[in-house]
Amino acid sequence: MKLVNNVIAGMAVSALAATVAQASTLEDVKAAGELKCVVSTGLAGFATPNADGKWEGFDVEFCRAVAAAVLGDGEKVKFIPATTKNRFTVLNSGEGDILFRNTTETMSRDTDLKLTFLPVNYYDGQGFMVPTALGVTSAKDLDGASICIQTGTTTELNLADFFRKNGISYEPVPIETNEEAFANYSGGRCDVYTTDASGLAATRIKFDNPSDHVILSEIISKEPLGGAVRHGDDQWADIGKWVVNALINAEELGINQSNVQDLAAASGDNPSVNRLLGTEGEFGAMIGLDSQWATRAIAQGGNYGEIFERNIGSDSPLNIARGLNALWTNGGILYAAPAR
Amino acid sequence: MSNKLYVPGTHPDLPPPSNTVGVINWLKTNLFSSPTNTFVTLVCLLFLTQLLPPMFNWLFIDAAYGGNSRQECVAQGSGACWAFISERLNLFVYGFYPIEERWRINLAFCLLLVTLAAVLWDRIPARKYFLAYACIFPFIATWLLIGGLGLTEVPTSDFGGLMLTLVIGVTGISFSLPLGVLLALGRQSELPIIRVFCISFIEFMRGVPLITLLFVASNMLSYFLPPGTNFDLLLRVLIMVTLFASAYMAEVIRGGLQAIPKGQIEAADSLGLKYWSTMRLIILPQALKISIPGIVNTFIGLYKDTTLVIIIGLMDPLGIGRASLADPAWLGLSIEVYIFVAIFFFLCCFSMSRYSLYLEDKLVTEHKH
Repeated sequence: MKLVNNVIAGMAVSALAATVAQASTLEDVKAAGELKCVVSTGLAGFATPNADGKWEGFDVEFCRAVAAAVLGDGEKVKFIPATTKNRFTVLNSGEGDILFRNTTETMSRDTDLKLTFLPVNYYDGQGFMVPTALGVTSAKDLDGASICIQTGTTTELNLADFFRKNGISYEPVPIETNEEAFANYSGGRCDVYTTDASGLAATRIKFDNPSDHVILSEIISKEPLGGAVRHGDDQWADIGKWVVNALINAEELGINQSNVQDLAAASGDNPSVNRLLGTEGEFGAMIGLDSQWATRAIAQGGNYGEIFERNIGSDSPLNIARGLNALWTNGGILYAAPAR
Repeated sequence: MSNKLYVPGTHPDLPPPSNTVGVINWLKTNLFSSPTNTFVTLVCLLFLTQLLPPMFNWLFIDAAYGGNSRQECVAQGSGACWAFISERLNLFVYGFYPIEERWRINLAFCLLLVTLAAVLWDRIPARKYFLAYACIFPFIATWLLIGGLGLTEVPTSDFGGLMLTLVIGVTGISFSLPLGVLLALGRQSELPIIRVFCISFIEFMRGVPLITLLFVASNMLSYFLPPGTNFDLLLRVLIMVTLFASAYMAEVIRGGLQAIPKGQIEAADSLGLKYWSTMRLIILPQALKISIPGIVNTFIGLYKDTTLVIIIGLMDPLGIGRASLADPAWLGLSIEVYIFVAIFFFLCCFSMSRYSLYLEDKLVTEHKH
């Protein structure tokens, strides 16, 4: 059995190596004329098809921004919906060029699964939702509560850690899917539902009267979500990394969808803006693109703040607060390296 | 009353006695024939009166048919929100197929109906020509759906929804039957190589879950194929689904083959028929007729198994439904989506099942008791 495993692993690795050695991903993408972007098969606010079959969402907009930077057109994206089970294989086997699929960056994924993570585009974390009527204000008041929890996830382990650390007890109600959790929680089979905070926000607005339920402020785990590419093509990883950074920097520098073309038309007073938008220096050439790469990426869907508010923030039904995902200048931890 | 005399054999049919016909009598014999049956009937009636009115209200009376978001739906009625389904109907039917090319799917579907009529109904006029057409239909349909030769090419990754289910279902069904027949015959072959091959193939396919095969098709193959080869994902899935179903089909048909008395083969031998003629003219018609329920059972199973393709990221109606459920404007409408998808699958599977009954009825050659 060991031998068979080794042979299979060896074949997989050599096939992979051959794929990578063949040509750079950038050239492949340009030759194909479209960016193959791995997204979720459906996650509220992050990736979902609209009535015309066009993909929309927070993760989707990052795909489009990369396509705009590389190919000049944010519509030239082929979305590859992937489940949690096959997302990394799709990426590693070359069926996808880049992955934006609410994926938590972890050490084992970064190293063992041979992914290169792009900068974090959403800081998530595990939270709790309770009925407002319970009058609970802190997760530490939840002693003895029954908690709906998805089995086999990191959230299950985080929950056990949290309660052990605080010396309180809970009664787990194991469930399989989000839908099931909603049914159990709204049917009163459990007092508390716990999952990632973004998922809680999406679950909360399913209630006819969302204000009957409150999401506690405690976040008990770190879930930094980010895009990813395969190991072995640093140029391609750089492109993904700097597109994300460009969108975050754009918000910090006050560049948005409506003023980006004006700012990019001629070099202005702010050298940081000039460098990002290509009116000063040759930063596009450093990642194998032209000087307008960031301008196109920002023009596609706006800066990070605009993408956030439109898809999951205050302009969307999800109404998730910026919280940790605010710029470092606004009390969040979003801090992108400068383009210089 | 005069007793008219008839010549023997010319007496007209008389109506049945009045105590064996009529609604009351039907109720008496079917629903209230014994105290137990009466009790069961009453309990069922009670359940139905409790269950049906709220269900009907929820489905139709209180349902909302218009609106652009769940909020608007809720404002209109407390029942089901069908506005969501009608807004998403095109997505459910066509998947991600380009909007301006969707007429091709409609056309292919109409052609499919004609083909089905020709294949399934033997009283269609000029059936010979229709059957010839049915043989070239797969090529026409492939051309229409994929494009090329004058039509815009549409990548199969844009396939989705009911149309994807039909593509996988119809392809799987039409190819698994002949393959299954060959495998079943091969399993009984006297040539060891063929027999061993067929047995190992059938046992392997039946021993592995379909999900595993789909995973192999979608993930493992890309590692093993030479880099740069682009082996279409949908094609891989079609092949896997067909092979999987054909293994089951082979066993169903083997059951039919074994039910044929040995005398039939001997009779064919004594007529001097060769192996293939024996099979084609004598054995298979009888064996297939016996196997109809099992064959259709396999078809229905295969058709429903197509929902598994969501695991490898293909969007069948269920996948489209789940993805649509994540639309922030429509969150929380899972019941409507699942009912809609269930109705679609029920209609398809129920028609298959009815057709098999019709076929069994039509092919009866024994005396009916």
